Amino acid sequence: MHMADALLSPTTGIAMWVASGAVLAVASRHVGAREDDRLVPLMGMLGAFVFAAQMINFTIPATGSSGHLCGGLLLAILLGPHAAFVVIASVLTVQALCFADGGLLALGANMFNLGVLPCFVAYPLIYRPLAGAAPSNLRLALAAIVAAMLGLQLGALGVVLQTTLSGISSLPTKTFLILMLPIHLAIGVVEGLATTALLLFLRRTRPDLLGGTAGSPTGAAASIRPLLASLALAALFTGGVLSWFASTQPDGLEWSVAHAAGIEPHAPITPPAPVAWPDVNAGTSLTGVVGGIVTLALVMAVGSALRRRRATTARSTP
Amino acid sequence: MSAAAIELSGLSYAYPDGTPALRGVNLHIAHGEAVAVVGANGAGKSTLLLHLNGLLMPSGGEVRIGGLAVTRATLAQVRRSVGFVFQDADDQLFMPTVQDDVAFGPSNLGLPALDVEAWVRAALEAVGATHLAKRAPYRLSGGEKRAVAIAGVLAMEPSILVLDEPSSGLDSAARRRLIDLLQSIRQTRVIATHDLDLVLEVCGRVLVMHDGQVLADGSPNTLFADSGLLQRCHLEPPPSGPSFRGCT
Amino acid sequence: MTRLASALDDLRTLDSLASRDTILAHRDPRAKLATTLAFIVTVASFDRYRVGALLPLALYPIALAALGDIPSRLLLRALWLASPFAVLVGIFNPLLDRATMLSLAGVELSAGWVSFTAILLRFALTASAALVLVASTGMQPLCAALTRLGVPRVFTVQLLFLYRYLFVLAGEASRMATARSLRAGDHSRMSPTVYASLLGHLLLRAFERARRVHGAMLARGFDGELRHADSWRWRRSDSLFTAGWGAFFAWVRIVDLPAAIGALLAGAAR
Repeated sequence: MHMADALLSPTTGIAMWVASGAVLAVASRHVGAREDDRLVPLMGMLGAFVFAAQMINFTIPATGSSGHLCGGLLLAILLGPHAAFVVIASVLTVQALCFADGGLLALGANMFNLGVLPCFVAYPLIYRPLAGAAPSNLRLALAAIVAAMLGLQLGALGVVLQTTLSGISSLPTKTFLILMLPIHLAIGVVEGLATTALLLFLRRTRPDLLGGTAGSPTGAAASIRPLLASLALAALFTGGVLSWFASTQPDGLEWSVAHAAGIEPHAPITPPAPVAWPDVNAGTSLTGVVGGIVTLALVMAVGSALRRRRATTARSTP
Repeated sequence: MSAAAIELSGLSYAYPDGTPALRGVNLHIAHGEAVAVVGANGAGKSTLLLHLNGLLMPSGGEVRIGGLAVTRATLAQVRRSVGFVFQDADDQLFMPTVQDDVAFGPSNLGLPALDVEAWVRAALEAVGATHLAKRAPYRLSGGEKRAVAIAGVLAMEPSILVLDEPSSGLDSAARRRLIDLLQSIRQTRVIATHDLDLVLEVCGRVLVMHDGQVLADGSPNTLFADSGLLQRCHLEPPPSGPSFRGCT
Repeated sequence: MTRLASALDDLRTLDSLASRDTILAHRDPRAKLATTLAFIVTVASFDRYRVGALLPLALYPIALAALGDIPSRLLLRALWLASPFAVLVGIFNPLLDRATMLSLAGVELSAGWVSFTAILLRFALTASAALVLVASTGMQPLCAALTRLGVPRVFTVQLLFLYRYLFVLAGEASRMATARSLRAGDHSRMSPTVYASLLGHLLLRAFERARRVHGAMLARGFDGELRHADSWRWRRSDSLFTAGWGAFFAWVRIVDLPAAIGALLAGAAR
C-alpha cells in the first residue's frame, strides 16, 4: 500500500527522503560501476513493464477479489538488488508526479517501504538463502512466496510506523496493525505466486535471461548482506528516532513564534490524541469558518482572473 | 585503388541454438550503389544486415566495410561509416525529444556542442522534419518516426546507409517522401524490404535471398520477370510490374 | 476501457500539456521543483486539526494552473481518481475522534471530522501541486533539473527511459488486455493462468525490445554514457518566483488568514 502525503508530518517525510536518498545514491553508484551498457535500456523497459503490470488485475479464485503484481521481488531477482531499487524508485516517482499516487513528500517513505525492503532485505536475506544456487521449480516458488510475504509485511509495518510517528491519522497503532498486517500477508502470497509464475515462464521460454541478469554471484552477495542489513536497519532507526523526537516536542516554528510573541506554546501532541485541544482557536468558531469561505472565494477569483487574462493574451497574439 | 564499400566473403551465421541463418554469402557492393535485399520472412535479410555494422559477428567468413575487416577492435570505426535504420523506429528513438535523439550519434562522436547542433539541423532539414525538433518521439506518426530515425543516422554522416524494411507501416504520402529521400541520397544504400515497387524506383540492383543464401543478384526488372525464381523464393512480382523509371 | 488504457490517456494529456509554450514553461524547472517541494512541506507542517489556515495555500496550484493553461477539469479528474485512498485512511478519524470541536449554528462537529477534512484538503493541495508541476514542466526538463541539483545520473536517465518506453510497453499491454477481454465472453475477469501468460509474454517483449534498443544505441556509437544538452539558465525572474512563493508560504504558515478575515467581518457586522 502506498503511503500518502496527507498522512505524513514533514519530519517523518523528510527523514524517509534522507534514508531512501542515501540508498538511491549507493545503488546508483553500484549500477554505474557494473559497466554493463545493456542495463540502461533494460532497466527502463522493465520499469515500464512493472508499471503496466501493476495496472492489470486478475481475479483470485474463490475470493472474487482482484490482485496484481507489485514487482519488487521480481526485479531484484532479474536485475540484482541495486538496479532493481533504482527501477522501483523511478516507477514510484512517475506515479507520484503524474498520478497523484502517494505524493511527493511520501515518495521517500514509499521508496523505502516498497523498494529498500524488498530489494535489500527480502531478496538477499530471505529469497537467496531459501532458493539457493539452482532451485527446483517448487523450491523457487516457496522461496518467492515466503520472501514476498515477509517483504510486504515489513512494508506494511513501515507504513504503520510512519503514520503513527506523523500523528495525522487518529487510527491507533494497534488497530492499524491489525488491519494492515493480515491483508498484506494475503497480498504477499499473491505477489509470491505471481512472481513465481513469471519466473517459471521465463525458465521455460528464455532461461538465458535468468542466468545473466540475476544479479551478483554468491561470493559478492555474502559480503553485501551484512552491509545491506545494517544499512536498512540504520535507515529505519534514523527515521524512527528523528520522527519520534520531532513529534514529542512542540512544532519548532510555532514554538519559536509563540515564544517571541510572549504566548505560551501549545502543549505537545502525543499521537494519537483522542481529545481535541481545548484552546485551539483557528477555524473552530463560526468566524473562522466564514473567513475560510471568503478566503476560498478570493483564491478562486484570483485564479479565474488569471485564466481570463491568459485567454485574452492568447487571443490577441496572432 | 578503391576498396569496395561492402565485401562479404563466405559469410555464415548460426543462431545460438545452432539453426543456420546464413550459409556462405559472397557479396561485393560498390560505393554509391543502391542495393535491395528481398526474400520471404526468415530468408535471412535482417540477419545479413546486422552483420554490416557488427551487431552480429559471423560464425564463419568475413565482412569488410570500405576495405576494413569488421572485428571487435574496429567496431567503433565501422559504426561511424555504416548508418543503420531499424525496422521498428520505436527501438531507435529512445531519447526524450527528436532533437536529443538526432544529436545522440554526433555527441557520441565527441563533437563540440555547436557542431552537434549544426549537424542535427542539417539532418532534420534533409528529411523535412525540422518542425518536429522539440516533439517527444511517442507523439510522432509512423512516417514521422521513420523520417526522424533516418535523420538520426544521417547526422553521423555515414558513407553507407542500411535500412531494414523502411516502408513498412507507412501511408502513401509518407512512403512517397521516403522514396524521394532515398533517391536523393548519394551514399551507398542497402535496403531490406518487401516493398518491391520501392525497389523498382530506388534500386539498381536486387539480391534475392532464400534460406540463408543469395539465389540471384541482378537488375530488378530482370529478376522480377523471372517467375520461376520468385516462386522458389516464395515471392510475388510487384503489383506495378517491371518499370522503366530511372534507378541509379 | 481498461484502467491501464485510461491511465495512459491521462499521461499523454499531461505530457502534451507540458510541451506547450506558456509563461510557466519558461521558468527554470529547478525553481518550479523547489517551490513545489516547499509547498508540500508547508502543507504537511500544519497540525492535524487546521483546516481554515490551509485554505490560502490553494492559491498556489490554482494560480499556477491558470498561468500554465492547465484545465481545471483535468486536475479535478486526477484528484477524483486518486481520492479513494485518502478517504479510506482518513475515514477512521471521525470514527475514533469523537470529542466535539466545532459548534456551528446548533450542529456539533467532532474533532475527527475536522481532521478528516484536513486530510482531504492536504491531499487535494499536495496532489494538485505535483500534477501542476509535471503539466507545466515536462519530464525531460524535470530530469535535467534533478541532475543539476545532484540527483545521480543513473536515476535520472532511468526516469527518462522509463517515461519514454512507458507509452510503448504499456500501450502493448493495454492492447493485449483489450484483445483478451474481447475474446473473454462470459469470463470478463482475468483468471490467474491467463494473467501469468499475458504478463509473461509482455515481459519477454520487454526484454526483446530492450535488446533491440541496446543494438540501436550501439549502432550510433553508445559507449555507456548519455550526453545531454542542458540549456536552462537561472534568471532573476526565477529567483523572484521562488522567493515570492516562499514568502507567501511562510506568511500563510504564520498568519491564519481565514480567522483574520472572519474576525474582521464579525467586527464590521457589529
